[in-house]
Amino acid sequence: MSETPEEPTGPRRVIGTPSPAPKAVDVPVEPSQPAFSAEPENPKRAKRAERIVAALFVLAFLAGCGFIAAFVGLEIGSSTTPKGANAVVAAMRSNYALGTCLSIALLALGAGSIIWVRHLTPNIEIAEERHELASEPKDRKSFKRDFAEGAAISQVTKRPIIRRTMLLATAPLALAPLVLLRDLGPLPQTDLRHTVWKKGLRAVTLGGLRPLRPADISTPGSLITVIPEGYQDDQDALAKAGVILIKFAPGELHIPTNFNGGTMVSTMNWTVDNIVAYSKICTHVGCPVALYEQTTHHILCPCHQSTFDAANGANVIFGPAARALPQLPLMLDSEGYIAAASDFVEPVGPSFWERG
Amino acid sequence: MSSIISRRRHPAAGYAAVAGGLVAAGVLYSAFSGGGASAAAPAQDSTQIAQGHALFESSCSSCHGLDAQGTSQAPSLIGAGAAAVDFQMSTGRMPAKDLGAENDRKPTSFTPQQISDIAAYVASLGGGPAVPAQSEVSTEGANTALGSELFSTNCAQCHGFAGAGGALTYGKSAPSLNASTPTQIYEAMLTGPEAMPVFGDGTITPAEKRDIIAYIVDTRNETNPGGLSLGRTGTVTEGLLGWVGGLGFLVLIAMWLTAKRRDHAKGESESSTHE
Repeated sequence: MSETPEEPTGPRRVIGTPSPAPKAVDVPVEPSQPAFSAEPENPKRAKRAERIVAALFVLAFLAGCGFIAAFVGLEIGSSTTPKGANAVVAAMRSNYALGTCLSIALLALGAGSIIWVRHLTPNIEIAEERHELASEPKDRKSFKRDFAEGAAISQVTKRPIIRRTMLLATAPLALAPLVLLRDLGPLPQTDLRHTVWKKGLRAVTLGGLRPLRPADISTPGSLITVIPEGYQDDQDALAKAGVILIKFAPGELHIPTNFNGGTMVSTMNWTVDNIVAYSKICTHVGCPVALYEQTTHHILCPCHQSTFDAANGANVIFGPAARALPQLPLMLDSEGYIAAASDFVEPVGPSFWERG
Repeated sequence: MSSIISRRRHPAAGYAAVAGGLVAAGVLYSAFSGGGASAAAPAQDSTQIAQGHALFESSCSSCHGLDAQGTSQAPSLIGAGAAAVDFQMSTGRMPAKDLGAENDRKPTSFTPQQISDIAAYVASLGGGPAVPAQSEVSTEGANTALGSELFSTNCAQCHGFAGAGGALTYGKSAPSLNASTPTQIYEAMLTGPEAMPVFGDGTITPAEKRDIIAYIVDTRNETNPGGLSLGRTGTVTEGLLGWVGGLGFLVLIAMWLTAKRRDHAKGESESSTHE
């Protein structure tokens, strides 16, 4: 780097006005480097390139004129054009004409520029060095002096009441964005731990909305998706309350156990007539999991291939899910329909931070 | 009473006694055997059953046993029903090529009459769902919108939202429904072939089954937008090609733009050797 030019000693500047320091540091041209010739090596090729560039520019000019002509000349949906389907056709025609002309104009302009640069200008590497990032010591000293001077002139140090009320005035505005975060929604509270299932709430088929008796699911290997009765339009409730009912042949269903309140308990009495109910929401990331194979009793999640053993408490036998599918306690209500005996005893769906 | 006694020497008395005994035996049998599945099985023509039995012995009994009682290689067909036989044989899955959890659809070598005979024989062994009549699988007046909802809920997880099929566990797969006839779709729901769960009339009513069939049939008649359709996912393959191919093309253009020119490099070899 060479010396910077002397700082002009002009009138003192005020804070907020541009610095009198030089805007850029000049890079001196090394005198040893020869000035390059603008003459191309191959005049014949250069001439041909020149013609091509000129032709492309003329093409761009014509296409640009075409764009204007298309915009002015082609009517769309005005009083002269009939209404209805023809207006659509007219708009389409206009769009095609405008788009084609503009594309050709820009493409020809760009192609011409590239050919110009690549075939006519000399191929020379020019290094442009950056100045040092730090300001000159002189500038820094000057800035410090100006800053102190500005502070003194504004009397911000001398008049604390102005300084403090100014800070006070800006404080609420600075805090406002934090308050706006509240609009992201209420906290989930305990919503993740509960569903709408409760004792005596009937399970109805999704779609047909019919309650089911055990006789309706009498064939072993049957599967049906059910939802709590009366909640078919409550998407928030359905997001957690989807359940699959699976019917087993006698003896196929192993006694499911469930970790409830710190002790392993049998959940066989949660089943009705060899019908078992599992949450339809995968414990990995919450996909609907209902790919049930009646031959192997596998329930597969289509998203990440978590596989649960339905005959064995829906324990995970493959895949990224960390927990078994929660089992819904079932009972028969007074009319013999399948209903929930209680809510799920554990949270359904994916694990969450505070789940424990 | 005296009149009967007085006529017991009548020439027709023997026939009457035999007929009365047969009726009594039949009434007693039906009373003790109870209703249930066997009562639901329609009365089959005995010659059809006999023909079906003969076909069964030649084509099916090597795996399923001479009396369809099942072997270590194949399950018992007692109680499987006519619908299961019709589904498995009309889709060409049975007779199976080899022993495995899954059999693919293939052209069947049996005539509909032969399949019907074997179905009648298997149904005569006891119970099981019957082959649905044409009127039961007709999509005339079906609610396609409800069918779509039911299909999304109960079928789409395995067969894909447009019935194109999908993967199951350990290499198994759910087949595409594109070649299935309405009767076969109905039978599959009713009987739960292979790994498929059963969707009996208690969980999905016959009317809802027709709605589902209507959705499947309607969907596959829709225009398929994608080139390589990926189960009617849409123009994803074209998009991927456009993205990868288009970006690659732009990269090549950029490389060409910034490349050194060869003719100048030759002329100024000294200055252009360093980048």
